[in-house]
Formats: sequence, C-alpha cells, structure tokens
Amino acid sequence: MNGGWLEPWHRAVSLLPFEWADYAFMRLALLAVLFIAPLLGALGTVVVANRMAFFSEAIGHAAFTGIALGVILGLGNPLWSMVGFALLLTLAITWVRRRGGLSSDTAIGLVMAFTVSLGIVILSKGGDFARYTNFLIGDMLGVTAADVAALGLLAVVVLTLFFFFFNRLLLASVSPALARSRARHPGAAELVFASMLAVVVTFSLPWIGILVINALLILPAAAARNLSRSTGEFFGWSVAIAIVSGIAGLVVSFYASTATGATIVLVAMAVYLFTLAFRGRTAS
Amino acid sequence: MQLPPDDAPAHHGIAPHRCGECCTTLRDVGVRYRGVPVLEHIDLHLHCGELTAVIGENGAGKTTLVRCLLGEIPHAGEVHFMDAAHRRADSPVIGYVPQHTSFDREAPITVLDLFAASLAGRPACLGVSGPVEQQAREGLARTGAEHLLRRRLGTLSGGELQRVLLGLALTPVPNILVLDEPMSGVDHSGREKFYELLSKLRRDYDLAVLLVSHDLATLARFADRLVFLDRRIVCDGTPAEVLRDPRVREAFSLELPT
Repeated sequence: MNGGWLEPWHRAVSLLPFEWADYAFMRLALLAVLFIAPLLGALGTVVVANRMAFFSEAIGHAAFTGIALGVILGLGNPLWSMVGFALLLTLAITWVRRRGGLSSDTAIGLVMAFTVSLGIVILSKGGDFARYTNFLIGDMLGVTAADVAALGLLAVVVLTLFFFFFNRLLLASVSPALARSRARHPGAAELVFASMLAVVVTFSLPWIGILVINALLILPAAAARNLSRSTGEFFGWSVAIAIVSGIAGLVVSFYASTATGATIVLVAMAVYLFTLAFRGRTAS
Repeated sequence: MQLPPDDAPAHHGIAPHRCGECCTTLRDVGVRYRGVPVLEHIDLHLHCGELTAVIGENGAGKTTLVRCLLGEIPHAGEVHFMDAAHRRADSPVIGYVPQHTSFDREAPITVLDLFAASLAGRPACLGVSGPVEQQAREGLARTGAEHLLRRRLGTLSGGELQRVLLGLALTPVPNILVLDEPMSGVDHSGREKFYELLSKLRRDYDLAVLLVSHDLATLARFADRLVFLDRRIVCDGTPAEVLRDPRVREAFSLELPT
C-alpha cells in the first residue's frame, strides 16, 4: 500500500507549530502511536483485572523464538512467524492452566525461560545476534505507511472483539463461577482475549520493543485504577493515559534522541506515580 | 409427584406455599473425575416454593451437584426441568449465587457494573443504559439492597455482597435459585437475616431453591428439606428427620437439639 491515503494526515499534522511535525517519519510514528496506545490501554484494563500480566510478559518474550522460526523458515518478515508462535504458545499456556497440573505462574515461567533461550540460541548461532537488537528496544521512527495501515486495521478488529467479550471477562474477574452461570462460553471469551493479547503484543513489538512492551500494557491500567471507582472510569482513564503517555513519550524521544518505546514507558511511569497521590480517594 | 410429608415442621408459623407444578428432576445422576466417582445415583426432585438444603462433609460432592444443575460439567443420568404447564423446559433460567468470591477488593467495579456485565449487551466499560440501570434497581430492591447500586464491590460487607449477588441471581426472576455456601464470611445475625430473606423470596416468587451449606442449626429452622450427601444421597427428608439420623449426627459431630 502506498502512503497516498495518508496525505490529509500529513498536511494536518504539518500545521502544528512544532519542529518534530515537520518530519514525515514523526507524523507516521504519531499515527502509529495513536493506534497502538488506545489498544494497549484498553486491553491493559482486563490484563490487570484478570491478573494476566505475567502471561503477556511471556508472550512478548516468546517473540525471540518467533523471530528465530522466521529465520529458519526463510521468511522475509518474521512478523508472521512471531504471531503464529505467540498464538501457539497462548493455546499451550491456556491448556496447561485448564488442566490445572501446574500453577499458572510456574507454567508461564517455564515456558518463558524455554522460548527465550531457544530463540537466543538459534539467533546467536554464528554470532549474528546484533542484527536483532531492534526488536529488543523497538524502532518507532522506522514505521512505514503500510505498517500504520496494518496497525489501524488491527485496532479496529481487536477493539470490536474486545467490546464484544468485555462483559464476560469482567464477570470472570469477579467470579469465574458466576461468569459460567451467566454467560455462554466464558472459557471461550478468555481464550479469545488471550489470543487478541498475543496478536496485539506481537504486532506492537517491532515498534515498542520486547523489553518494554508489557509495561505499556500494564502502566496505564495500573494508573487508571488509582483514579477510578467504576468500570467506565477505569476504561476511560486507562485509554486516555495510554494516549497521552504515548504522544508525550514520542515527542520527548525525538528531542532527547532516545528509544521511543522506553521513553513512552518512563512517561507512563511518571503518570502512575502521580496518580498514587489520588489513591484512597476512590475508597467509597 | 412427591408430596411433602404432613408432619413437616412449621416455618415461623407460615406453611410454605408449594404448588408442586413445576419441578426439577435429577434421575440417576453421576459424575466421575479421572475415573473416580464423585457423585453416584443421585435421584432428587426440587419443587418450586421449596427450599432444599444440601449438607455434607468437604468432598462429599456438593459443589459437583451444583455444577451438574448448572449444566457446567458432563454427567451420567438425566436432569429435567418442568415448568408449571408440565412442558419440558430445556433451558430454564437458573439464578446462581456463587461460593465465596475471592475477587480483588481494590477493583474499580461498582454494583451497577456487575449488573450491566450480566444483563446488558453493551460492554460495561462504555457506560450503562437507562433500562439496564432500571433492571438493576429492581433486582436490588428484591433483596433490600437498592441503596448499594453505586457502591464499589470491594467496599461491601459480606452480608451486603450476598444481598447484591442474590439480587443479581433474581434478575431475571429464575425458575430455580441455586446457592453454593453463600454464607461463608458472613456473621451470625447476617446469616439469620439472609435466610429470612431467602425464605420470603421463595414464597413470593414460588422459587425452587437449592442451598448448599454447613449452617446446620439455621438450616433446621429455614429449610423445608435437607439432603445429606456423601457421594450419594445418604438421607433425605424434613430437617427434623435428617438431623435425627445417626449418620448425620456422626458426620457433623454435633450435639444438635432435636
């Protein structure tokens, strides 16, 4: 896809009286952030409420093996092998959790150690690992028009599914037994959510970075919890904090010449610390 | 049709209303878990307007029985629901009050959010529509918990939470109400009030109620019927009958007033 459809966006952002707005790569990165941030902010509310933070961390780290598989299979773009492997892993972890043989923490910890090691071993063969460090810290400024289009499509599809399954996930966070009695297939809702999470995390990795992606998922929701009494407030604050942190982090990283993903995380962390002051006001 | 015995104890002077028209029948229900029988040969009729309490030791299969009724686990035998017109209802409305909920007390979820998540098509994170809020108010009013609508779940006392969950289980008004140890974490006076409320609701809505509980002393006063479960039904009858049974007395090692 060429970038023709983005012309109006480029023209509009160029009108902003800031130096960064003069650069096409920054305008593209801004749009990518505007697609990724609300997604992570929205999914993050369920990740925090349903205690899936360790799971999403493991999915992010499994990308090492996903990339390695892409290399072995000779794929030009490892994204598809990353997504495929993340989904496979989601199924495996869900299966192990359902069987209840291992505690979820232990199961995920083992799987994570295995996939990270396997990926690193394959990728480091022949001393070539340095080629892949981009994935570790992300390269938001390298995003192309086609990437942005893919992220936009992803945002629409995932948010639609997210809203469709949200009520079942909320009930499950209060009581799995209650969710089973009120809703059809709450187990399916959890599997769909875990899969969406795997896809979103994997698609965001090349831009945000394996090392910090999980923080972006969790920090806005964690900060939003400090400000919220109800589900609506929680969701609204989380998305808003994700967007504000995303834009602020992108701009700061431009002037400070730092990695964008990590800078966004630091801004989100600052917001989180600020919201701690409001904790307890929502006690009633 | 199985009629209750004539010598059933009076319940606070009010004879329980029993239409006996609709009922839930479990016939030879059994469940195995990894080859080991957890429930065997369960034959049970639940009539509307009747409060049936299931008692038994830990691991006796009480929660498994509840999960069979809710249709959550595969089982041998049959579970039938019959409505008042004696039609077989394949998917009756079952109101369910879960065992102690160990949710995160800090979670930003209000009582209204919980109702919205259960009743509405719209995701609760995008706000609650007027009609759904009205339904939630009505549900809470049934258990005298209307004032809790805007409260956060984590701030409710054990008794308040049970009222909310019971109100939710009654929205929409179900054919059968199933409660799995609803009173863990609720103090004595809270329990009394809750059982009184349950007794009243059962009459007002002509509900078939199945209650799993350890609360023998209170059950003796409020239940129409006790079922003592130990993988199979050991003993089934009025509270007075069941509590006289030596096997029950031994299992609970209690000196109970008879």
